[in-house]
Amino acid sequence: MGVPIRTVKSFLSKIPSVVTGTEIIQWLLKNLSIDDPAEAIHLGSLIAAQGYIFPISDHVLTLKDDGTFYRFQAPYFWPSNCWEPENTDYAIYLCKRTMQNKARLELADFEAENLARLQRAFARKWEFIFMQAEAQVKIDRKKDKTERKILDSQERAFWDVHRPVPGCVNTTEMDIRKCRREKNPQKVKKSVYGVTDDTPTHSPVHMPSQPIRKATKEDVQKEISFLNTQLDRHCMKMSKVADSLMSYTEQFMDYDPFISMPEPSNPWISEDTIFWDLEASKDPSQQRVKKWGFSLDEALKDPAGRDQFLKFLESEFSSENLRFWLAVQDLKRRPLQDVPRRAQEIWQEFLAEGAPSSINLDSHSYERTSQNLKDPGRYSFEDAQEHIFKLMKSDSYARFLRSNAYQDLLLARKKPESEQGRRTSLEKFTRSVGKSLTGKRLTGLMQSS
Amino acid sequence: MSERGVTLLSACISNGSFSCPQHWACPPAEMCDQTFLAITFGPCDCCSDTKPLMNIYLKNEPVNYCSLCVERMACQGLQPNETLATLKMESETLKTKLEEERAKLHDVELHQVAERVEALGQFVMKTRRTLKGHGNKVLCMDWCKDKRRIVSSSQDGKVIVWDAFTTNKEHAVTMPCTWVMACAYAPSGCAVACGGLDNKCSVYPLSLDKNENLAAKKKSVAMHTNYLSACSFTNSDMQILTSSGDGTCALWDVESGQLLQSFHGHSADVLCLDLAPSETGNTFVSGGCDKKANVWDMRSGQCIQSFETHESDINSVRYYPSGDAFASGSDDATCRLYDLRADREVAIYSKESIIFGASSVDFSLSGRLLFGGYNDYTINVWDVLKGTRVSILFGHENRVSTLRVSPDGTAFCSGSWDHTLRIWA
Repeated sequence: MGVPIRTVKSFLSKIPSVVTGTEIIQWLLKNLSIDDPAEAIHLGSLIAAQGYIFPISDHVLTLKDDGTFYRFQAPYFWPSNCWEPENTDYAIYLCKRTMQNKARLELADFEAENLARLQRAFARKWEFIFMQAEAQVKIDRKKDKTERKILDSQERAFWDVHRPVPGCVNTTEMDIRKCRREKNPQKVKKSVYGVTDDTPTHSPVHMPSQPIRKATKEDVQKEISFLNTQLDRHCMKMSKVADSLMSYTEQFMDYDPFISMPEPSNPWISEDTIFWDLEASKDPSQQRVKKWGFSLDEALKDPAGRDQFLKFLESEFSSENLRFWLAVQDLKRRPLQDVPRRAQEIWQEFLAEGAPSSINLDSHSYERTSQNLKDPGRYSFEDAQEHIFKLMKSDSYARFLRSNAYQDLLLARKKPESEQGRRTSLEKFTRSVGKSLTGKRLTGLMQSS
Repeated sequence: MSERGVTLLSACISNGSFSCPQHWACPPAEMCDQTFLAITFGPCDCCSDTKPLMNIYLKNEPVNYCSLCVERMACQGLQPNETLATLKMESETLKTKLEEERAKLHDVELHQVAERVEALGQFVMKTRRTLKGHGNKVLCMDWCKDKRRIVSSSQDGKVIVWDAFTTNKEHAVTMPCTWVMACAYAPSGCAVACGGLDNKCSVYPLSLDKNENLAAKKKSVAMHTNYLSACSFTNSDMQILTSSGDGTCALWDVESGQLLQSFHGHSADVLCLDLAPSETGNTFVSGGCDKKANVWDMRSGQCIQSFETHESDINSVRYYPSGDAFASGSDDATCRLYDLRADREVAIYSKESIIFGASSVDFSLSGRLLFGGYNDYTINVWDVLKGTRVSILFGHENRVSTLRVSPDGTAFCSGSWDHTLRIWA
């Protein structure tokens, strides 16, 4: 069921083939399951701006939710035909309009300006343009009055799309990345009136188009071996995948500023940068510390988390694993020319015989790595790094999370009272020794500590 | 068995490559009937499918192959005369098989499982800043790691660095070409990279001295044979990943300009790319005009996974924050979610009323929300798990061409053909 198109009686004449804005909106709401009229108006306006429907009494192509009359564009003029009408055609059209003494065909201000500009530009071929316009007027006169009304409006709407009112969006503008691959590059329609124009094309569109590469035997053979590899891949069931995605999202929802308002405020909304200042401060918040416990990846992502983990490992005299991992990460970020030297340094520090920070690698990874070092590159330590990461994940990371240092930060625990008390009283003691030395006072203080 | 199968079998018997133990002397038709009677049912020795099997001999060893594998193996004898057509047929067979295998694991839909998740409340997202200054269509933007600065590029060749919080312009460069389709901020915040119709990616170090001519210090890093569609620094200022209209992606060493690795596999323009978020990962995903989204291993240059379910160009790809999945936005007016572990599409985000292409997508920090910028001037916000649209944002007066969420997720920025950028929160 479409929209009702009808002829409307108006004063002394009839307005053929129109539909009101409201009727179009209602149709859109119903048939595209739209809830919000604003959305329907927006979509309808876009369809109008593209040139598929148009208001009969306005050059500006939008859709209004009222009794304004609209008409459907003729398929000949549809943008999907890849029109790129030349200025000659536009000149003929504007010229033609001035030849007919009809109020409804009077030029709008911007059209009059365009015409003046075109007259200057085409000064030499103006006679030709004038003749074409005259010929068209003659043909048009022979058409049925109602038919002419409709065709004239459709033609005008076509030009409103290709030569829009200043300030309106030109919907014929194209994304240059897509231009070259127009479906029918040869069939781009240039002249609305069948006029051939010898002036060079103005459109930025015509870049030499890349011939679509046809698949060769090698391509298909590669595809076959790729598909065979995919067939061997062990994949996860959808139910498990869904659970995983859901639990990840749930875990991080508290950290998502679009879902949980950041404390104390979102800087973009409150205009206050305090949220950023707090994040940058030396003391990480409990919430941030909690994130380090989600995965080793999360802990290492946060520089503060990385530092804490390193500190903990140092206290256990087992920091070489993390330091190795960090060194390899750094290696991958170096400029190419630094890589061989840096790789050797890492080898010397962590893996060579008698290395100062010797790490524990299985013999297989060790062999592979030492082979790689013969031609050192950014990925020479990939296997080793992966092995060490797994080791840290299963061993030291778990212990880190259980450690006092981490738990203290997580629970924002204050230092134990006695320790604090002892320190302050010792300070008092040293200060007072300087001030006065009475035996009684000394004994008294000694006793209390 | 098909007529063709019969012919092949008899051809192979005469080749001596395998023999039917009981019926080698019989004429093909009779042999075929007899062989058919000797059929067993079970797992094929070649493809492991449970099917009707044929007992045949390969080089005097008894094997049980299903008829499909027999045909395939029989064709191998024809290798020198292998035509493109037979290869394509093999490829199609494998594709169907792969789809069947994957479908077996598709026991439930994501949105069904997500029914038990609490629905999101009403969202109030507004434009908090409007950045005006570009004289033409804004094509691309990127955030600085400091969460407030951004770099943007436009059709007229201008690249501008803004402090989005104050809306002040801090740096501006005019590129020698128009349509600067790609720009990226270096992790250190000390440089920006950009490129477009010049087929190059150039790096500009950002000077603290506002009067210094940035263009003078420009460094040409990447060279493609067609337009640069996207660029991104890896975890360091020292490497850049690029994608191009020439159908390839490439990894470059910034200091020397040397090509470290190239990635071939797309059969048309590559329009977008995104690096995996993991600290330990070495992969990235790219999307192209061949409707494919490919996942690549940066070390080897190999394509490790490929997804082809979109019906038109893929304009934008972005990883889900965990790195296990990624979303894509396409000219077919849909956004889709692909999971790497399931190796398939797991959700489609579309509506009947959305008929314009999605140009750019990005996730909120938790991955619960997917923001999509569309060619109908709007931004649609999707509930990733439930598959429903949460909100539609109006404001831009022309196509939204680029959209990125800030590094700490407090806002997202959209750039449009209406010459402006908007910050939403």
